[in-house]
Amino acid sequence: MNWLASIGALTIAKMGSFGRATLMLLGAIIAKPQFIKNTPLTIMQIYVVGVQSLLIIVVSGLFIGMVMALQGYTILVSYGAEGSLGPMVALSLLRELGPVVTALLFAGRAGSALTAEIGLMKTTEQLSSLEMMAVDPLRRIIAPRFWAGMISMPMLTLIFSAVGILGGHVVGVDWLGVDSGSYWSIMQATVDWDKDVMNGVIKSAVFGFVIVWIATYKGYDSIPTSEGISKATTQTVVYSSLAVLGLDFVLTALMFGIE
Amino acid sequence: MENLIEIDNLSFSRSGRLIYDNISLRIQKGKTTAIMGPSGIGKTTMLRLMGGQLKPDSGDIKFKGESIPNMRRKRLFEVRRQMSMLFQSGALFTDMSVFDNIAFPLREHTNLTEDLINTVVQLKLQAVGLRGAAHLMPSELSGGMARRAALARAIALDPELIMYDEPFAGQDPISMGVLVKLIKALNDALKLTSVVVTHDVTEVLTIADYIYILAEKKIIGSGTPAEIKNSDSPLVQQFLQGLADGPVPFHYPAGDIRQAFLGSSL
Repeated sequence: MNWLASIGALTIAKMGSFGRATLMLLGAIIAKPQFIKNTPLTIMQIYVVGVQSLLIIVVSGLFIGMVMALQGYTILVSYGAEGSLGPMVALSLLRELGPVVTALLFAGRAGSALTAEIGLMKTTEQLSSLEMMAVDPLRRIIAPRFWAGMISMPMLTLIFSAVGILGGHVVGVDWLGVDSGSYWSIMQATVDWDKDVMNGVIKSAVFGFVIVWIATYKGYDSIPTSEGISKATTQTVVYSSLAVLGLDFVLTALMFGIE
Repeated sequence: MENLIEIDNLSFSRSGRLIYDNISLRIQKGKTTAIMGPSGIGKTTMLRLMGGQLKPDSGDIKFKGESIPNMRRKRLFEVRRQMSMLFQSGALFTDMSVFDNIAFPLREHTNLTEDLINTVVQLKLQAVGLRGAAHLMPSELSGGMARRAALARAIALDPELIMYDEPFAGQDPISMGVLVKLIKALNDALKLTSVVVTHDVTEVLTIADYIYILAEKKIIGSGTPAEIKNSDSPLVQQFLQGLADGPVPFHYPAGDIRQAFLGSSL
């Protein structure tokens, strides 16, 4: 019966952890807003988690768009449908690749940095000293990072998709000779603002929420040793990536699966 | 003499391990009280209990007669504005300059103008001898300077109580002398109540008005420095004289060494 007890203990531990994560989140975001104090902190964090992630997002978006165009062209051209390259690249990026790849890159680039930063603040007693100075670390440290992640993720996703579409144009139109007019006009006629663009944005907002929640909680709850922070950082990337992929299926089923 | 903090019948355990077993102590207002004991005995834990960062299993901790463990979070944060803590690492915010670190509590809790904040910060830095280091980042400070900067931050809001967590640990003799002088001078000048947690016997005997020695989950000795020096408790004497063996054994509890090496053939 030991295995049964182990499963029970693991379940209790995981539920406890989930409960603590929820309490942390509620403590950080449910409070009287302090716009004057918190806006500069949030803008600063948008720079750290958003702007500083731009390079990896732009480069990845460009190459993924280029590869999509190359792969798509070789298939479409055999049916004489290479004119549909534009919508193929755009829809793939806006609906799926944009939100998912951006989220995976965001988890690796910004999520891990958030966990390590908050974990080190805990190790060096900076969080404790905030508490002793009667400043709530949830509102001073966690909340600005949380909102910054939530704001940055949809923006990064849109930038990723836009750059990817341009990358597709470079390969499809400039290199392989697809007509530029049909690349843009068929894309314009096919892509739906609500169904494609906004659903992608909603997906990215959900992914952003999950990633920053996991990242900030793992840092806040980390064991304050070098090993503890290393483990927490790894867990952030692994759990965020799995959560993003799992949620992507659920969201796709909800948005596109039921007609 | 009025007590600022009263601890009654406090028991505390962590991860199933008992740290304190039914202890009581008093921190007198305006005095420097030292809490001493061997490493790992939970001295820092005592400060965290006083600051409301941890909750005891049983017993009570009163700050000005108000129970800290039973306080609501909002009230606890109000009370914490009257207390301050100097952490062992200094715990300066690494993304801010020394000036901004000291200005931080003023900006958070007061509506002072930047001009006034500048004046207060300069005064606090002058008190700890670091006015010239205001522009430096914490990573550019030596260990002793970091602790002095943290001390300036701790007194920024003129608290009633200041808790020092191992203020002398890892300091060279000059830094240690500076810190001893500062703690004493600040206590006298600002009429603070100080709690110093440490195991540096010589330094503490010069600044403390009253001393508690913790060991084996209990208070094994208390009194003025003179009373402590003359204590007839072997445990207290072992601690004061730094003897390697005594009531606190040199060896961590283990089985018979002959048994370990020779096994069952013994």
